[in-house]
Amino acid sequence: MQRYILRQKNLFTLICGLLIVSGFLSKWITGRADIFHWALITASLLGAAPIAIQAYQALRVKVVSIDVLVTIAVLGAFVIQNYEESAIVTFLFLFGAFLEQRTLNQTRSAIKELTEMAPESALKQMENGEFAKVEVDEVDVGDILLVKTGAKIPVDGTVLTGEGSINEASITGESFPVEKGKDDKVYAGTILENGTLQIIADRVGEDTTFGKIIELVEEAQDSKSAAERFIDRFAKYYTPAVLVLSFIVWLFSRNVELAVTILVLGCPGALVIGVPVSNVAGIGNGARNGVLLKGSEVIHDFSRTNTMIFDKTGTLTIGNPAVSETIYYVDDTEDALSYLASIERESDHPLAKAVLQEIGETKFHPVENTEVVKGGGIIAAVNGQRVAVGNIALMEKEKVELSAEAQADAARLERDGNSLVLTAVDGRLKIMMGIRDQIRPGVKEELQKLRKLGVKNLIMLSGDNQGTVDIISRELGLNEAHGNMLPEDKAEYVKRLREAGRIVAFVGDGVNDSPSLALADIGIAMGGGTDVAIETSDVVLMNSDFRRLPHALGLAKATAANMLQNIVIAVGVVLFLLASVFFSEWMNMSIGMLVHEGSILVVILNGMRLLRYRLRS
Amino acid sequence: MKAATIQLETLTCPSCMQKIEGALKGLDGVDRETVNVSFNSSKVKVNFDDDKISLAQIEEAISKLGYEVKKSKVKPA
Repeated sequence: MQRYILRQKNLFTLICGLLIVSGFLSKWITGRADIFHWALITASLLGAAPIAIQAYQALRVKVVSIDVLVTIAVLGAFVIQNYEESAIVTFLFLFGAFLEQRTLNQTRSAIKELTEMAPESALKQMENGEFAKVEVDEVDVGDILLVKTGAKIPVDGTVLTGEGSINEASITGESFPVEKGKDDKVYAGTILENGTLQIIADRVGEDTTFGKIIELVEEAQDSKSAAERFIDRFAKYYTPAVLVLSFIVWLFSRNVELAVTILVLGCPGALVIGVPVSNVAGIGNGARNGVLLKGSEVIHDFSRTNTMIFDKTGTLTIGNPAVSETIYYVDDTEDALSYLASIERESDHPLAKAVLQEIGETKFHPVENTEVVKGGGIIAAVNGQRVAVGNIALMEKEKVELSAEAQADAARLERDGNSLVLTAVDGRLKIMMGIRDQIRPGVKEELQKLRKLGVKNLIMLSGDNQGTVDIISRELGLNEAHGNMLPEDKAEYVKRLREAGRIVAFVGDGVNDSPSLALADIGIAMGGGTDVAIETSDVVLMNSDFRRLPHALGLAKATAANMLQNIVIAVGVVLFLLASVFFSEWMNMSIGMLVHEGSILVVILNGMRLLRYRLRS
Repeated sequence: MKAATIQLETLTCPSCMQKIEGALKGLDGVDRETVNVSFNSSKVKVNFDDDKISLAQIEEAISKLGYEVKKSKVKPA
């Protein structure tokens, strides 16, 4: 019976509303007070039933909930035979709850869309070799799965056979197809747009990249800031306090009307719901736009950021250095080039990749006696000759003479922001290459937007030489730029700025910058869906998209402001109601309930605005 | 010990959380420290001793309060 009533709450609300309307109509049209009375009494009873049941259940687990307050208020109204008030209050309370549910679903819709992208079923190879459809929970690591065109990849895995193009938007936010074949990695939640694949499961369920993203967003939307925890604690004692207050008022004034009005006015609504609503809508907007914000504490700190520190390579620049100029100091370039390529082939230095790309097809020689000079380059024996590949410091160490012409070239290349790779064979300079990383397109405009949003200090830290760093800094209009910095230097720098009272956000690629990411007030990872980046940072920009950074900051600011607005609205309404009950004539239970429910809807609607937030250009 | 994640219908009032929390903490076999009701995701996370209480009994306690249980998952804690 109880459960039936609760399940049919909406029906009860509807009948309750209809009875009230027909009661008033019959009073005005026929002038019969008895029909009016009975209609409203029935409406009150119907409306109060679900509320009273909820109140009873709350009391059973020792919680004085808002239902308890309303139930007592309705009983009080019955005692003084004010059926008009009791009916209207119950109806407004129920109808308000109905609207709240609807609108709250809206604020949560963005995150729901994300979680609904999770795969549900898979085609798994059974013992007889056939593929059968199973729930995704039944897939274990090592299982072999079949994925057909149009289906979601159910797990993180490796392609065994087949080829296809996959839309990885759910992981990277970038909606273009990526070609996959044997031995390629595929990710749960991405969609096979074309082709058929057999894959082996490497990670399943919550361990997949997509599972981690979802878990993170779900945790973020319910994570609480210190202010929220305070409000929660406050709400726990607030409701019983209202009950006691109303009882005291009744004891001294013997005025039931006043006592029950206080009960209704005291219902905590907008205050408890205001902040979570802004939080979920703000995080939802981010999730939709490739920005993961980890909770309301993060939003609060991020919105106050006044200093942003950027890693250079891979953050402000593309991170894919290329040779911009090659200068030869001898005529027979063939041998020197192939020596250079042979040595670089064995190095995993980022510059080595650029050099190899530039040289392309060539003859490779065996390399012997390789010696890596830290901060200099490589010395090795190739074809019986001593070959040195590296920077000017290495050449000086090797006593390679640089002609005036070569020195001028080196100075010019460095001035233009190149890193130098020189090649000397048997102590004679043969080749000089200038290698330069390109600034990401549009970064300058995005940095301007950040400045407009109140980030006064834009700083770049890099392990690269100061010349290169200065050039990029000038081009982008940064406040400061420091080169020759190791990861621990960067972390130390972040620490110093924080101690100086700055609110620091660090933007990096999340792998070698993790100490700085962790030390900064806000760590922002340019994550291409990698686990380290997702876990160590406070904000993740999916698919390393720099353009999302101003949106992320603007959104954090808008969300923080929205929370504050909601708190002001909620507290303002309570103060207004309390003042009116003592100092005005017109305040009664029904109006109190109307304002109360109205204020809840106002804070929800206000929070909903965040779902549509976009950075104004 | 088992860890359960229970998905509920949309929670609309924060006092619902208090109620559900209160009800679960009163059950024998439930690890009181682990009871966590999330408002926005409308999820309940709880660890329980499966010798003393079953998932069905926990679900029953929640639905008796009038909150519909949509889906639940149990993992070893």
